[in-house]
Amino acid sequence: MDQPTAPLLQVNALSRHYGPIKAVDEISFSLKRGEVLGFLGPNGAGKSTTMKMITGNLAPTSGSVTIDGYDILNEPKQAKAALGFLPENPPLYKELTVDEYLNYAARLNRIAKPHISAAVDNCKQRCGLEQMGRRLIANLSKGYQQRVGIAQAIIHSPALVLLDEPTVGLDPIQIREIRQLIRDLGQTHSVILSTHILPEVQATCDRVQIINQGELVFNDSIENLSQRMQTTALLLRFKRPPSTTELLSLTGVQEVESVDENTRRIHFLAEQDPTESLVNTSVSEGWGVYELTPERMSLEEVFVDLTCREPHHAEATQP
Amino acid sequence: MMIFTLAGRELRSLFLSPLAWAILAVVQLILGFMFLSQLDTFLQWQAQIALLENAPGTTEIIVAPLLGNAAIVLLLVVPLLTMRLISEERRNQTLPLLFSAPISMSEIVIGKYLGILSFMLIMVVLIALMPLSLLLGGELDIGMLAAGLLGLALMLASFSAIGLYISSLTRHPTVAAVITFGALLLLWIINWASNSDPNGVLAYLSMLHHLQPLLRGVVNSADIAYFLLFIFSFLVLAIRRLDADRLQP
Repeated sequence: MDQPTAPLLQVNALSRHYGPIKAVDEISFSLKRGEVLGFLGPNGAGKSTTMKMITGNLAPTSGSVTIDGYDILNEPKQAKAALGFLPENPPLYKELTVDEYLNYAARLNRIAKPHISAAVDNCKQRCGLEQMGRRLIANLSKGYQQRVGIAQAIIHSPALVLLDEPTVGLDPIQIREIRQLIRDLGQTHSVILSTHILPEVQATCDRVQIINQGELVFNDSIENLSQRMQTTALLLRFKRPPSTTELLSLTGVQEVESVDENTRRIHFLAEQDPTESLVNTSVSEGWGVYELTPERMSLEEVFVDLTCREPHHAEATQP
Repeated sequence: MMIFTLAGRELRSLFLSPLAWAILAVVQLILGFMFLSQLDTFLQWQAQIALLENAPGTTEIIVAPLLGNAAIVLLLVVPLLTMRLISEERRNQTLPLLFSAPISMSEIVIGKYLGILSFMLIMVVLIALMPLSLLLGGELDIGMLAAGLLGLALMLASFSAIGLYISSLTRHPTVAAVITFGALLLLWIINWASNSDPNGVLAYLSMLHHLQPLLRGVVNSADIAYFLLFIFSFLVLAIRRLDADRLQP
């Protein structure tokens, strides 16, 4: 609390093995206060396992997790007081009403009695549940149940909120609302958001972390991820297509792909954009370029590119 | 206090389900029937009994058998009450709510135990009302009744502890109920194997062996210690089982 510069969450060489399977393999990262971290990965990559270990629901095989300076294994009570967790399946007691449930969650999180009703009202308001207080959780729609799950995680205003796939199974409107809620949470809390939906990360997070087969393969800011998504290919249509060697002789051109008779795809290095020289040469040599499309690498492609490579050691950079 | 929060929630959710009400009603009905038929027999033979030297009192003839029968009926019923304690949370995946909150495993287990224990005590009170109603028209050996009720309460507390532990082993409430029932029945009859030796190990393990003196009005510290040790062991086992959830599968 007293050192605002110290990271809120520090994860050190965290591993979890299920028998011979390494579900999570030596993951290290840290999270600053007020940062929203997107935790991306295909299904079964180890996202949920990591989150369970951070929240103390699962003991790591090795490594350590420190929240707000407290080790989750050695001082679990202090560490857990600083976190709120929405697991993949919201832990809801369906036979209770929203108010009863949130009251219970407030007491579980050791909110002093006089502050409970204020805390419940506050988190209901933040999650858009004002009208739902007296409804049975079992009768709520999936989207509202998800909100109750989030309300439960933020009721004690924890410094760190972990949301495990909060938008799964929701309709597009609900997804937008939940994302807005997550963005709002990011104003006051640190949030870790796990998902396998890429636009969600672009829409809500400051930083992205991609995990694949238990290893961290990418850990950087959203801006740097966008850098990766920069143009690295051009699609060109020529009236009179030149030979491949002619194209390769241009600076920066790495590879030429013939799509069809008149169309070529040119791959180049991000630092050396050959578009200008290409156009100039085309004019002087009379190739007759009549179409030129920069091809952007989508987040999906970056993702596939990162997760489908041969397993190698994490190139993760510490922030 | 976190333990009481958990206990209160457990008790409340029991009463939110029709099961608890149904059980209370059925137990009360059956024991009421047994009580009345016992009373009937007593009234029939009252004259003859009064002639006996050192005649047994009302408490001995009516209350002791009633509590003995109650023990058997509750042996059938307790597994139904304890089955969902932890297994249902496992099944509905609500345990992370408790595990992510700043509470220790012992608090979770003891809280749940106190919740179910309060329900059992409510049941004991309801059963106690029957013999107490005899005070309207006669006299009772209050000491003997108290010993009997203590025995019943301790037995229910032990049943709950073992039920809680077994409920922590599985995610299917029905499986927990079946196993709990089997375990309780086995504990009840385990001394059959040592018919000839009333002081053998198996006889000592049998719960009936420790309950009977209490029902007769004999409060023996060894019997009380048996029940307390029994409860303590199974609560520790349940805490360890929940802890193991977080460790290697």
